Amino acid sequence: MKLQHLFPCLILLTASAASHAAPPTVGGEVGGERLYASCASCHGTNGKAVGTTLPELAGQSQDKIIAAMRAFKAQTRDATVMHQIAKGYSDEQIARIAAFLAAQPATVKP
Amino acid sequence: MQRRQFIQAVGSTLAAATVTGHATATAASGAKAKVVVIGGGYAGATAAKYLRLWSAGSIDVTLIEPNPYFVSCPLSNLVLGGSKQISELTIPYDNLSRRHGVRVIRDTAQAIDADKRTVTLAGGSVLPYDRLIVSPGIDFMWDQLPGMLQPGAQDKILHGWKAGAQTVALRRQLEAMPDGGTYVLTIPQAPFRCPPAPYERACQIAHYFSREKKKSRVLILDANGSIQSKPALFRKAWDDRYAGLIEYRTNVNVVDVDVATSTAISDFGDKVQGDVLNVVPPQRAGRIATQTGLANLNQRWCEVDYLTFESTQAKYIHVIGDAIQVASGMPKSGHMANQHGKVCAAAVVDLLNGVAPNQQPMLTNTCYSFVSDTEVMHVASVHAYDAEKKTLLPVPGSGGLSSAASLLEGSYAMSWAQTIWADTLG
Repeated sequence: MKLQHLFPCLILLTASAASHAAPPTVGGEVGGERLYASCASCHGTNGKAVGTTLPELAGQSQDKIIAAMRAFKAQTRDATVMHQIAKGYSDEQIARIAAFLAAQPATVKP
Repeated sequence: MQRRQFIQAVGSTLAAATVTGHATATAASGAKAKVVVIGGGYAGATAAKYLRLWSAGSIDVTLIEPNPYFVSCPLSNLVLGGSKQISELTIPYDNLSRRHGVRVIRDTAQAIDADKRTVTLAGGSVLPYDRLIVSPGIDFMWDQLPGMLQPGAQDKILHGWKAGAQTVALRRQLEAMPDGGTYVLTIPQAPFRCPPAPYERACQIAHYFSREKKKSRVLILDANGSIQSKPALFRKAWDDRYAGLIEYRTNVNVVDVDVATSTAISDFGDKVQGDVLNVVPPQRAGRIATQTGLANLNQRWCEVDYLTFESTQAKYIHVIGDAIQVASGMPKSGHMANQHGKVCAAAVVDLLNGVAPNQQPMLTNTCYSFVSDTEVMHVASVHAYDAEKKTLLPVPGSGGLSSAASLLEGSYAMSWAQTIWADTLG
């Protein structure tokens, strides 16, 4: 690595550090935003599915989402797909997803 | 591992700065990093939207797409079955620009210069990029069906494997077919776009015949030895709902077509004539990927690093969607393409910020298949990165199939379609 190459690199790092207040935890992700995106194809960007077939996840409490996912995993809650999907995620991942969803503003009040 | 990845990421940024000076100028002047996305299908449109969302608008994103509208392949078999109009599956690109600030250019990417890091469009513009995302979908390998290269052949023998004009034209052929006729569907050897789609198509056309052309039948010539997705469920649907209407032949590899007589010809010389002949050709990555050398596996599919979807062939170029060489258990589906778009967008945001990308990306897939106009069954899977094997693998114990097709899953499938369209384009 040549020395002259280091300088622009450092400028870049400084610039990017300054523009991001919170330290990243997983990659550049602070919370469960990107992890939840793997659910968003069915449940909507940021927890807002289109239509009324599925319940809105945005704004649901973290505990409620965790409890639902546990029940899907244990197959104590009826499902067509969710028991198969829930088993793919660890408890830690589910907690991150649930925290993200709980922090999203709900558009429909239960 | 983390540290090495970080050094790699910094190395990429560093190289970016030194090759063109562009990234340096970006940092010094505060100008935005530039990402160009080629192709506005499920993968490309999703990547463009999420790049803007996750960079809080700090990355300049340009999407190159020749078609004026997005037309969904999922649900397009319902147009053939007659229960949906193509207009119901057609969505403008406006929201990507209006809501998310993506610059959408209606043009075709003609050439990529991986050294200068530019994309040249058919219209003549040259677009510089810091990172490029290539999402070209599939191309058809017409050279493997010589008859299809004759003038007019492709207007008469349709594939209906890219939703839009082909879908509508194939529906017209089915409508014009006299009752008592045979619809012949040929399926290429896997891998091809959307493994359950041919078998769903057979259901949809049999559904149409069962209502309006009771003496007609569906004949499937499959180059594969078995049904490629949900085999038991499709078998049951055919036996229970369409008995005597669908004939399924395995290991019939169609290698040519006699266009004048609408006849499919197998590698053994079997000739099968159809009143409507629907040939799904063998496929490979879209042209811009193959001509740039990105299709580095058998000159067909693009190998990528599954952590970032960066090409193993060219730095700063990522490939997503049906064009990639999939990992074990990953179908070439619209749902998967949407998921590629997000993992890739997250990695590109991180790489442009000099941050090591997520080492544990997660992807899901849910593919719904319509066995009638209302009853649906699914296959689902969850995929995680295996650091040791450096690949995505299905999470043990997860995923599975419907126990049977149902109306309930029909309502979920319609909800899925509306929601993934909004997630991709809204």
